[in-house]
Amino acid sequence: MSQTTGAGAVAGAESLPPVFDEAGRRELDAVVARYPTKAAALLPALWMVQRKHGWVSPQGMAEVAEALALTPAYVKGVVTFYSMYHQHPVGTHFVQLCTTTPCNVCGAEKVAEAFLRATGAKRLGETSPDGAWTVVEVECLGACGFATPVLLDDDFIESVTPESVPAIVARYR
Amino acid sequence: MGYPHPTHPKETPVLSRHFGDSDARSFDGWKRRGGYASLEKALGMSREQVTEEVKTSGLRGRGGAGFPCGLKWTFMPKQRTQPHYLCVNADESEPGTFKDREIMRWTPHAVIEGAAIAAYAIQAEQTYVYIRGEFTEAIAIMQQALDEAYIKGVLGINAMGKGVRIDMTIHRGAGAYICGEETALMNSIEGKRGNPRIRPPFPAASGLFGCPTTINNVETLAAVPPIIEQGGAWYRAICLSNPNSTGTKLFSVCGTVRSPGTYEVAMGFPLKDLVHDLAGGMRPGRRLKAVIPGGSSVPILTADEAEATLLDYEGCVARGTMLGSGGVIVMDDSVDMVYQIMRLARFYAHESCAQCTQCREGTAWTTKILQRILHGQGKLEDLDLLLDLSEQMTGTTICVLSDSCAAPVVSGIRKFRDEFEAYIDSGRAVAQV
Ligand SMILES: Cc1cc2nc3c(=O)[nH]c(=O)nc-3n(C[C@H](O)[C@H](O)[C@H](O)COP(=O)(O)O)c2cc1C
Ligand code: SF4
Ligand code: FES
Repeated sequence: MSQTTGAGAVAGAESLPPVFDEAGRRELDAVVARYPTKAAALLPALWMVQRKHGWVSPQGMAEVAEALALTPAYVKGVVTFYSMYHQHPVGTHFVQLCTTTPCNVCGAEKVAEAFLRATGAKRLGETSPDGAWTVVEVECLGACGFATPVLLDDDFIESVTPESVPAIVARYR
Repeated sequence: MGYPHPTHPKETPVLSRHFGDSDARSFDGWKRRGGYASLEKALGMSREQVTEEVKTSGLRGRGGAGFPCGLKWTFMPKQRTQPHYLCVNADESEPGTFKDREIMRWTPHAVIEGAAIAAYAIQAEQTYVYIRGEFTEAIAIMQQALDEAYIKGVLGINAMGKGVRIDMTIHRGAGAYICGEETALMNSIEGKRGNPRIRPPFPAASGLFGCPTTINNVETLAAVPPIIEQGGAWYRAICLSNPNSTGTKLFSVCGTVRSPGTYEVAMGFPLKDLVHDLAGGMRPGRRLKAVIPGGSSVPILTADEAEATLLDYEGCVARGTMLGSGGVIVMDDSVDMVYQIMRLARFYAHESCAQCTQCREGTAWTTKILQRILHGQGKLEDLDLLLDLSEQMTGTTICVLSDSCAAPVVSGIRKFRDEFEAYIDSGRAVAQV
C-alpha cells in the first residue's frame, strides 16, 4: 500500500487530473462494497485523492462529495478533522517527526533542528524555497521506543538522530 | 521477546514468540508455527463455548480500560436480528505505547486469527480493523496477510470451509488520537468526524452503523488464539500477583532507558525489574526520576513509587496510578518535569475533539499556564489554578481525554512541586516553548 503524501505534490489547483476516472471509479466501487453505507468510504476516498494529487484540494473534495453523494461542506468538515489530509500543497517530500514527551526526553527537538538545517526549510511547517521539503512536528507516532521516529513520505524510519539526518535527506534528494 | 532485543530470561513470551522473525509474517510461515489451528478448533466449538473459554482465562482488555474480554462478548445479542460488527482497535496513539505495532508487523496472522475467533463468537460477519494512518508499514503487512488469508480460504463467505462468513476490512485512519476512543473510532469508520458519542447506548446495543458492535484492542485479540489452543485455565495460571490480572502483557518501554523496546511478562511483574533489568536501566551516571507506567494518560510515579509497583491492574491502582495501555515512559534525572508535563498537556490540547467545553478550554488553558511558568512569568497561585482546573476537567466530559490531560498535571505538581516552584521563584525561562 503506497498511499499518502509527498510525491508530485506542488501541483497548482488548475491542473489537477480527475481522481475518479474509470480506474479510480472501479477502485472506489470496490471500497464502497465493503461497507453498508456509501459515506463510510469517505476516508478511503480522501486517501485516493491525496495519493493522486499530493493534497486534498477543494476540487478533490468536490469530486469525493459527488462520488459518495455527500455535500462538499460535509466533506470539508471531515477533512479538517484529520491531521494527515493536506489542505494545501506540500513539498515533494513530507517529513513528519515526533516530538511528544517520550521522544522529546530522548532529544527529538534536536532531530527537528537537524532536518531544518539539512533541507533548507526555514521553519517547521514551511516548505523549503526549492519546493522539495516540508518538515512538520507531529504528536506520538506509536514508535516511542525508536526515538526519534520519522515518517518520510510513506517510509517509516526509526531511531533517527541529528547525526543520521543529513544522510537520510541525501537519499531522498 | 523484547524486540528489538533477544528474549530476556525473565520474559514470558506468548504473543511475542515470533517477533523479529519475518518468516512468521507469511501465511505458510504462520501455519508452520501452528497458526490457524486455534481458529479451526474454535469453529468446531459452539459460540458459547468459545466465549466461556475466554471468560475462564480472565483476559482483560489491553487497550487501556482492562474490561473483561469474555464478559464484553456476552453483551452482544444472542439473536442476530441485524448485522453484528467487530472493530479491531489498532489506532495505537497513546504516547509511550508501541506494542500493537509490533504485533501487527511481526505476527499479522495472529491478529487476523484472534479477530476471526472473536467475530465467530459474537456473530459478526464483517470486521473492521482500524489502523492509524501513520502506520504505513503495519498497514501494508496487515493488508498482505489479509489478502493471503482470503486466498487460502481462511476468511470469506465460507471461512475455513466451515460455512461461516467472516469478512475483514482494513480501515485506515488519518491522524487523530481521539479515534482510538471506541465510539469516535466507529464514527470515523462511518465517514464522520471522530467525535466520541454519549453513552448509553453502548456499542453492544447500538454501535457501528447503529448495529450491535464489539470493539477490542489488537493485543487483546492476539491473546485469544493461545487461549483457545491451550485453554483458559492455562492462561489464568500465568499470574504473579493478583488473580484478577491474568496472562501475559506486552510493555513498551521508552524514554531514557538503555534498551527501549517491547517486553512481554506475566501480569504482576515488578516494574523495577522491567526498567532496570529488561530495559537495561539508566544511562551511565543517570538516576531514575519518574515513570509513567500506562501510557501518558495515567498519573506519574516517583522513582520510589515505581520501585515498589507491581505491574497488574490492581498493583498500579495500589500506587495511585493505572496499568493503562502498558506504555512505560521512563524519565531520568536529566528530564525537566515542568517542560515535559507542558508537552503532554499540549498533546491533549492538540488532540481534543473540542466537543466539550471543559476539555477544549481546559486543555488549552492548562498548556498556556504551563508555558507561562516555563517563560519565567508564573505565579505561585498558578499551581492552585492548575489543580483547580484539572479537577473541573475530571469526570465531567463525554470521554476521558479531558481526565487524561489532568492526570499528569495533578500528579506532576503534587510530586515534583519543587521544580515548578523553582521556575516561579527564579523567573528563569527555558528557550523555545
Ligand atoms: C482518548 C482515548 C483514546 C484511546 N485510544 C485507544 C487506542 O489507541 N487503542 C486502543 O486499543 N484503545 C484505545 N482506547 C480505549 C478504547 O476506547 C476501548 O476501551 C478499547 O479499544 C477496548 O478494547 P479492549 O477491551 O480490548 O481493551 C482509548 C480510549 C480513549 C478514551
Ligand atoms: S472530553 Fe475532549 S476529546 Fe472527549 S469528547 Fe469531550 S472534547 Fe472530545
Ligand atoms: S512519543 Fe514519539 S513516537 Fe510516541
